[in-house]
Amino acid sequence: MELLSAVTTWFADPAHWAGPNGVPYRLAQHVGISLASVGIAGAIALPLGLYVGHTGRGQAVAINLANVGRAIPSLAAIALVVPFTQMLDPQLGFFLYPTLIAMIVLAIPPILVNAYAGVAEVDRDLVESARGMGMTEGQILRRVEIPLAVPVIVGGIRSASVQVIATATLGAIYGLGALGGFIVEGVAQRDDGRLFAGVALVALLALGAEGGLGLLQRRLSWSRNP
Amino acid sequence: MIDWAWIGDHLGAIGGRLLQHIELAAIALAVGFAISFGLAIYSVRVRRAYPIVTGIAGVLFTIPSLALFSALVPVTGINTLTVEIPLVLYTLVIYVRNIVSGIDSVPAEVVEAADGMGYTQWDRLRRVELPLAVPLMIAGLRLASVSTIGLVTISGVLGQAFGGLGFFIFERPTFATEILVGAVGSITLALTADLGFAALQRRLTPWNRREVGDEIATSGRSAAPGLTGM
Repeated sequence: MELLSAVTTWFADPAHWAGPNGVPYRLAQHVGISLASVGIAGAIALPLGLYVGHTGRGQAVAINLANVGRAIPSLAAIALVVPFTQMLDPQLGFFLYPTLIAMIVLAIPPILVNAYAGVAEVDRDLVESARGMGMTEGQILRRVEIPLAVPVIVGGIRSASVQVIATATLGAIYGLGALGGFIVEGVAQRDDGRLFAGVALVALLALGAEGGLGLLQRRLSWSRNP
Repeated sequence: MIDWAWIGDHLGAIGGRLLQHIELAAIALAVGFAISFGLAIYSVRVRRAYPIVTGIAGVLFTIPSLALFSALVPVTGINTLTVEIPLVLYTLVIYVRNIVSGIDSVPAEVVEAADGMGYTQWDRLRRVELPLAVPLMIAGLRLASVSTIGLVTISGVLGQAFGGLGFFIFERPTFATEILVGAVGSITLALTADLGFAALQRRLTPWNRREVGDEIATSGRSAAPGLTGM
């Protein structure tokens, strides 16, 4: 209860809502970096996954790539690129690029695997009859496979988004504010109100993304099975 | 840019941190599996409980580990328990989903045949469903080990006594060599665990050579809330 009141007091303080260390600014930073990394990851992983799913070529490569990507701990990924990006740009190279790159690496595997699996799972008879109707390969992909695979594809984007939102907090260790900033400062200053306010904001954002994309996933399903 | 002399001088420390990393991860993987196994069996028996169990475990997974480690300090102090509680909690959603989908993947006719042979519900679970669920359970173990090994690095926020190889990432944020040792070390350890369990999976299920099928099953339609560690 003490904790709850510490968090409410923290949220009630107008000083915590203003400036570059305030809630709105850091929330926007967090949303921004999450959107950017999921967007870039999607631009890389979706075409690749659709291609592999449609042609069946390069399955092993795609799966292994996804597995390797999954095995890279995010803190390690951030730390690994810091020395290199810092040489490129001493400012952004320390706080922005490492987190962005690590979040892209984190988001690629679920998007890739689900895009691939979604298309590969489409009933082969349907694809054959589409081919028999004279559809080109591009048309089959656009009009048959993607519409049927869309719930699975969105499912991949959904898990990628939730992971990225929760994990982007690590960027705060390297000075990228975002919502992780509240957590790192809360720990350093032994300020439980600030710490748990940060936790609550990240969790709410992650659950919001999970719920929102889950709703989208259900709306896009053709067969509305439970 | 890599200071090889530093690495040479610190081989002992690196080895010690590697062992600590493995130990912290292994405890969490074992305890997490035991708890998840109970939860999964209960969810299979009482189907209503399944969405509740995975819902709660999924919400736990969205709590940033950086925060969870730190938040426990006022409650449990700075000790191994504080490291293990978050690590165990993060494994639950992965294990439970995989064990339950493993049991669900047993074909209905096999279950019926077992019933027809007069198996009790318990015997059927023990002698038919669990052995057939092994591939998906090991797929879960693979994901959980990779995720946990990544999360151990973050326990370095609790101070120098913890973190495994993550200690080197936290110790001096400006010394590239040391950061690379921590990062490359933990990535290598995670990949080794993944490959090791994949090999185990193939050995235990020689009839199932199609690895691709497992991958689909682990990240399929229901889209687990999160499978890689932060």
